[in-house]
Amino acid sequence: MAHDHDHDHDPSELSDTELQVRALRTVLEQKGYIDPAALDVLIDTYETKIGPRNGARVVAKSWTDDAYRKWLLSDATAAIASLGYHGRQGEMMIALENTASVHNLVVCTLCSCYPWPVLGLPPTWYKSAPYRARAVKDPRGVLADFGVQLPESVAIRVWDSTAEVRYLVLPRRPAGTEHLTEQQLSDLVTRDSMIGTGLAKTP
Amino acid sequence: MSYQTHADVGGQEGYGPITPEPEGELFHADWERMALAITLAMGATGTWNIDESRSVRETLPEYHSLTYYQLWIRGLIELLQRHRLVGEDELAVGRMLHAPTSLKRILRAADVPAVLATGTPTVRPGNSPARFAVGDQVRTHSGAVDHHTRLPAYARGKSGRVAAVYGPHVFADAHAQGLGEQPQWLYNVVFTARELWGEEGDETATVSIDAWESYLS
Repeated sequence: MAHDHDHDHDPSELSDTELQVRALRTVLEQKGYIDPAALDVLIDTYETKIGPRNGARVVAKSWTDDAYRKWLLSDATAAIASLGYHGRQGEMMIALENTASVHNLVVCTLCSCYPWPVLGLPPTWYKSAPYRARAVKDPRGVLADFGVQLPESVAIRVWDSTAEVRYLVLPRRPAGTEHLTEQQLSDLVTRDSMIGTGLAKTP
Repeated sequence: MSYQTHADVGGQEGYGPITPEPEGELFHADWERMALAITLAMGATGTWNIDESRSVRETLPEYHSLTYYQLWIRGLIELLQRHRLVGEDELAVGRMLHAPTSLKRILRAADVPAVLATGTPTVRPGNSPARFAVGDQVRTHSGAVDHHTRLPAYARGKSGRVAAVYGPHVFADAHAQGLGEQPQWLYNVVFTARELWGEEGDETATVSIDAWESYLS
């Protein structure tokens, strides 16, 4: 997929796509198919309310509360909903725990399926052909591109999200974090670590 | 064969390097925000379902030359025309020329939080027992499919093991074609990388897909 982003363009020069989106929006509004105020709420929701900090809170809680961790592994949908995260593109959730012997990596080779309630909108690379093509065939190579090297003794488990089940990776808790609060721990949990292309940060 | 998807890229070569992106970077232009919002708002009218919209996007001939949100916009235009909600002439001049069609629902601002919080669950009550159980060896069907499907080409005609039984779910293949929900049992099926890729496969790797019952034998 092409990646020619528009931010380098002269702002007064509207791209064809921009003109097309404007025309489309106007027609849909004039026909009464869309409520303009609803568009603002949708954008604000995914820019400021639903994003990877939600998932980081789930992960940090799983690190500090073993009963919660067990619940998450047996019924992720309910355990995640108990923190207020549920709904669109996360209707059925499964949590995947990374261990000393297994590393989980999530992809959607067919489109861009992603657990929105906990991670928000997917990053461009997740939706693009290079990642989707390689994650299932060369997962260690993909991890290397993200700067992650795992010993050969760690098995890689790739999850291709081909239906409406959504996966959240629980990265391993970094060593030396016993003294940190749940909030401090959640700051170590990156978006990529919950997709499986990264590890949690060390403090 | 008339149905051609351009989206089934798993295992294919030649797409170039992955470009990582910082965590807060969501949009690359203002119109991308609008593309997201109008696509979600029109989806919420219930005129089409998510499987039909995936089917429309994956069959766009220009699929690989479009950015992600361009794909959404092109797909949305296709759906609007297919369902006769908007005319090509209207898009060309950028204003309404024909009377609107009545829709099942309109997404109002006040309803957005509740609509997102509910989503569209695909689990359905079961009316027949599951054919397979965890641990069973299964084989995916092989060969091409002449409609939208969620069995990737790389996983066709392969032997795997059932790792989880997810219950009956709306069957994407039928749903995308306007043939109703036709729920089927959904399974998580794991393959060794060696089974999928032969000698090229990483001995320490496994790959799973979520497969509806009719994909398996």
